[in-house]
Order: sequence, then C-alpha cells, then structure tokens
Amino acid sequence: MKNTKLIFDITKTHLLSRIKQSSIAALGVTFGIGTFIILVSFMTGLNGLLDGLILNRTPHIHIYNEIKPSKIQAIDKSASFAETFNVIKSIKPKQNQSRIHNGKTLMDHLKKDDRVMGVCAEVVTKVFYTASSVELNGNVTGIDPYEEDRLFNFGDYIIKGSAEELIRTPQGILLGAGVANKLSINIGNKVQLVTPQGQTFPLKVVGIYQSGLAEFDNVQSYVNLAMAQQLLGEGSNYITDINVKLYEIENAEPMSKFISDKYNLTAIDIKTANAQFETGTSIRNMITYAVSITLLIVAGFGIYNILNMLIYEKMNDIAILKATGFSGKDVQYIFISQAMVIGLVGGVLGLILGHMISIVISNIPFKTEALPTVDTFPVNFNPKFYIIGICFALISTFLAGFLPSLRAKNIDPVEIIRKQ
Amino acid sequence: MSKILEVKSLNKYFRKPVLFHALRDIDFSINKGEFVSIMGKSGCGKSTLLYILSTMDTDYEGELFFNENKITGKSHNELTQLRNEDIGFVFQFHYLLPEFTVLDNVMMPARKLGLKPYAQIKKDALAKLALLDIEEQAYKKASRISGGQKQRVAIARALINNPNIIMGDEPTGNLDTKNSENVFNILRDLSDTQGLSLLVVTHDKDFAAKTDRVIEMEDGKIIGTGIV
Repeated sequence: MKNTKLIFDITKTHLLSRIKQSSIAALGVTFGIGTFIILVSFMTGLNGLLDGLILNRTPHIHIYNEIKPSKIQAIDKSASFAETFNVIKSIKPKQNQSRIHNGKTLMDHLKKDDRVMGVCAEVVTKVFYTASSVELNGNVTGIDPYEEDRLFNFGDYIIKGSAEELIRTPQGILLGAGVANKLSINIGNKVQLVTPQGQTFPLKVVGIYQSGLAEFDNVQSYVNLAMAQQLLGEGSNYITDINVKLYEIENAEPMSKFISDKYNLTAIDIKTANAQFETGTSIRNMITYAVSITLLIVAGFGIYNILNMLIYEKMNDIAILKATGFSGKDVQYIFISQAMVIGLVGGVLGLILGHMISIVISNIPFKTEALPTVDTFPVNFNPKFYIIGICFALISTFLAGFLPSLRAKNIDPVEIIRKQ
Repeated sequence: MSKILEVKSLNKYFRKPVLFHALRDIDFSINKGEFVSIMGKSGCGKSTLLYILSTMDTDYEGELFFNENKITGKSHNELTQLRNEDIGFVFQFHYLLPEFTVLDNVMMPARKLGLKPYAQIKKDALAKLALLDIEEQAYKKASRISGGQKQRVAIARALINNPNIIMGDEPTGNLDTKNSENVFNILRDLSDTQGLSLLVVTHDKDFAAKTDRVIEMEDGKIIGTGIV
C-alpha cells in the first residue's frame, strides 16, 4: 500500500500529541500482560514443583510381582467343566516369591529398547531399626545409588551426606529423616537392622534422606543393592522391583501393558499410579489461564474505551480526511494502527515488567520441608508464555481498535460537516 | 466552452425525521474558469447542493457530470480518488488537523495522492503557502494560528493537487470584514490568473456580487441565475 508511511505519520502525530492518553492506554496493556506473565510463570513454576514432588521420583513404569490370586483356576482349564457354571469359594493367593524371575535378563532387554532412558533394579524388604532399646519397623530398599540419582533425582532428597558416600560404603545406609529423628542418630552413627529372618546387621549411617512425605520418611531407608540382597540372604540375581524411566512419558502406558502381558508381571505406568496429580495440574493450569485471560480482557476494554473516545474527539479530522480524499479504509487503518502501536508498546513493556518481577519472585527465599534443594520460589521462565503474551496483546488491541475504527470508516463526512 | 460541472434534474430528499424534499429539479452547469456563487437564505438547500456537487453526498436522484463524465453511481473509492485529485474544498470552519503543522496539513492531500516524491510535495506546499502569503507560518501547529490564517491555509491545502475546481462552503462566513475581503481577493485572483473554476456557497451579498455569476436559491429551487 502506497500510503503506509502517510498513515503511520498520522498515527504517530495522533499518539504523540496526546501522549498522556496514549500512555495510559498502553499502561493498561502493560499491566495486563505483565500480570499474565507473572501469574503464569509463577503458577506453572509452583505446579512443576508440586508435580516434581511426586512425579520426578516416580518411575515411568514400575515392575514388580504382586501377590494376588490366580485369575485362571485349575477348574477353568479342565475341558470337562467348560460347560458348567463353576463357583470356587475362598480363593487364596498362590504362594509366590516376591522376586522377579530372571530380573537381570529382563533389565537387559529393557535397556536395549530405544524408548527407555534407563532401568533401575531394587530390592525391597521389611526390617526393624534398632538403636539402644528402641525398635522401629520400616522398609529398606536396596538401590543402585548412581542410577537412581541419574534417573530419579535421588540426590535432591538427601539432606545430609550424599549418594556417592553410599556407593563408597558397602555397609552404609541412608536413613529416612523421620527414622533418624526417632532414633536420634546422625551421620556417622551406627544403626542395627533386624531382618524378617531374625538376623542383625550393623550399618553405618552415611546420609539422611527426606522426601517431604512424613509417612514415607518415618519408615524408609536406602542401602546398596548388594547389601539388601545380603540382608535377605539372597544372591545377586535377586531383584524385587524394576523401575523404568522413558524418554517420552506417553509411551509408559502401552509399554507397561506389553511388559505385564509378556512377562506375567505387574507393571504400573506413571499415569495410572498418579492420576490425581494430572487432574490437579490441569485444573491449576485452567485457573491460571482463566485469571490471565480475564486480566487481558479488562485491558482490552480499556483500549476500546480510549479509542472510542479518541474517535469521538477526532470526528472533525475524520470528516476533513475523507473530504480531501482519504477513503474509509485509510481512516480505518489510521485508527487500527494506533491501537496496534498501543498494543505493541504496552505489550513489550508488559513482557519486560513481567520478566523483571518474575526474576524478583524467583529470588525470594522459600524454604520447605518437602524439597530440601529448593531455596527460592520456583518460577517457570518459559519463552512460550512471552510469545502468548505478546500475541494476546496484539490480538486484543486489534479487536479493541477494530470496532471503533469500523465506525470511523463508516462515518459520513457530510453529516459531521452539517452538524457544525 | 466546456463544462466543468453539470447537474441534470437533481432531487434530494431527507427521510429523517420526516420526509423532506430538500432540492427540487435542479439543473445548471459551471463552465471552466468560471467563478460562481450560490446564494440563498439559510435552510434553502444551498449547502446540501454543494455536498452533492462535491461528491461527498451520494444519496440523490438525478445526474451529476464532472468534466463531462457522468459520475453518478460511481463507487465510493472512485469518488474519493476524484475528490483527492480534482476538487479542492474550503469550509466555513477551517477544518485543519489541529495536531499537525500548517505545512503537514497542506501536504496531506498530495501525500495521499502519492504521485510526487515527498521533497517535491514539500516544495509545492511551501509555494502554495507563499502564494497565499503565509509561508512564515508553515512550521507552526495548525491550532496556533489565527482564524484568517487558518482559512488561507485551508485554501492552500485545497490548491495543493492543482484541482480543476475549488468549492467553498461559506469560506468567509466565519471571518471579519478585513479577512473576508482578503480571502475573497485570493479566490478572485486564482480565478483570474490561473483560470481556476470556483463554486462558492455564501449568504454574503457583497461577496456574491463580485463573482462572475450568482445562482439564487429558495426552498430547494433555483429561482434565478444571472451575471450580476
């Protein structure tokens, strides 16, 4: 369009000659977009933190042997009873070992799969913790500390000591914070474990583990995989649980189904195990977006109002522009471009304001029992939000400018001149 | 002599608030280079006629010719282009864009037309302002100059695209005797020296008396036309 520069010059003069009004309109957008950025960054940051609390350390697929009655009873297999209606009362679960049969081979298989990021073997057993005369019951999990840390951020939850210390100390134990508290022992102390078989093992405390879930921290401790196998008096083939982490969380469901069908094991995917977190996350996201959009709509109405007023005040100008050869479209472009400039300037300032306040928030101290590694408020600096923000600023100002500009386009200059 | 403007059996109705027959069977024409004034009491329809002649009002019955081309029924865009290129306007209320400088105001229609480069338009605009003896006001804001000066700026703006005709709606109606004399002299001079056609609506008898031809109107009809 050959008139672009002329129209932009008019726009510029209109905006600059009433700089106060223009800046107030732009400030409306700035605050709208700024709050949107702050709100979304902060809320999704918190969401990530809350989800991470559970999801980060939850395996994408958890494979174990569940004790349950056989689905197919002997009578179902017999041809002579195929036509009859069979009722078996008080079915008991089959005596089953809790180890995963051929666990090592299964792990090797899984490791070769392209979708798999890593596999961790675990040995879980019940124990009693004893120190002096106190006895506490609890769980001990034998782990590969290096892999656990790599795949499930295990190290983040060790508040004293470290995962490396456990690797270096075969007789070491990472004690749950609640357990350590109750037994009032600390790093370097010894704790006695009594196994279900009645054997006693003295272990050295090399670290304190805190997940933030008190129920869990009151019973759980970690030892090396080999130590756990030793506690149970089993060989190095003995594995009770396999945790799988995938590259794509979406693959968890089909893969877990495949594993449970093929190997006759129980395989639970992360979505089934943590369905309530997904729901919580999506509802929190919905609230965030609802509030943000409300803010932006309010800002949009502000612009609409100011442009409407501007067009009332500019009636004479519109008449003279049209009388001297500007078409309705030209006049419309003049007002739309004013709205868009307000939107662009206000929007960019809003992004800057939002970013700066987000930085401030991300530096505010925030200490929580649940997450020993978090010191400040979590803020999610996702560029996506900034793109959404500026797009919304432009779209909403365009719409806010479009309706008044349509009026300006359709005003009959004769009517304005006649009214004088 | 060729006709710059011609209307044939023109009728105009106002429908709101009640049906009102504003112009009745108007027939007349203006020759090239003529300085014509339309006179009449207020409410006689002279401004209404001017708006139709200026192509801004398209809601009428009858035919309008500009430069012997029929323009009745043309699209809004074509009419806009025509106004921009061939018709200059001067109104009673000066209608400058108050936030722009005098120079910007004068340049605006030429920049819209977009036939010449910016520098050339600026030179032309300064020349038109010089012609009207107000070039020293060129860089002032339009809202900062006096009424008489504004009217002269409006004339300069009307001249910027070298139109075929200038139309005025009471161009001196708002000015004192001295300024109104001044504006008239400028218009008279443009007609005499540059051969410009002029059509001016006025109710000022002295003004009308000095034009080439007066069209007198009453109740939406032409009651007399003649060289005074």
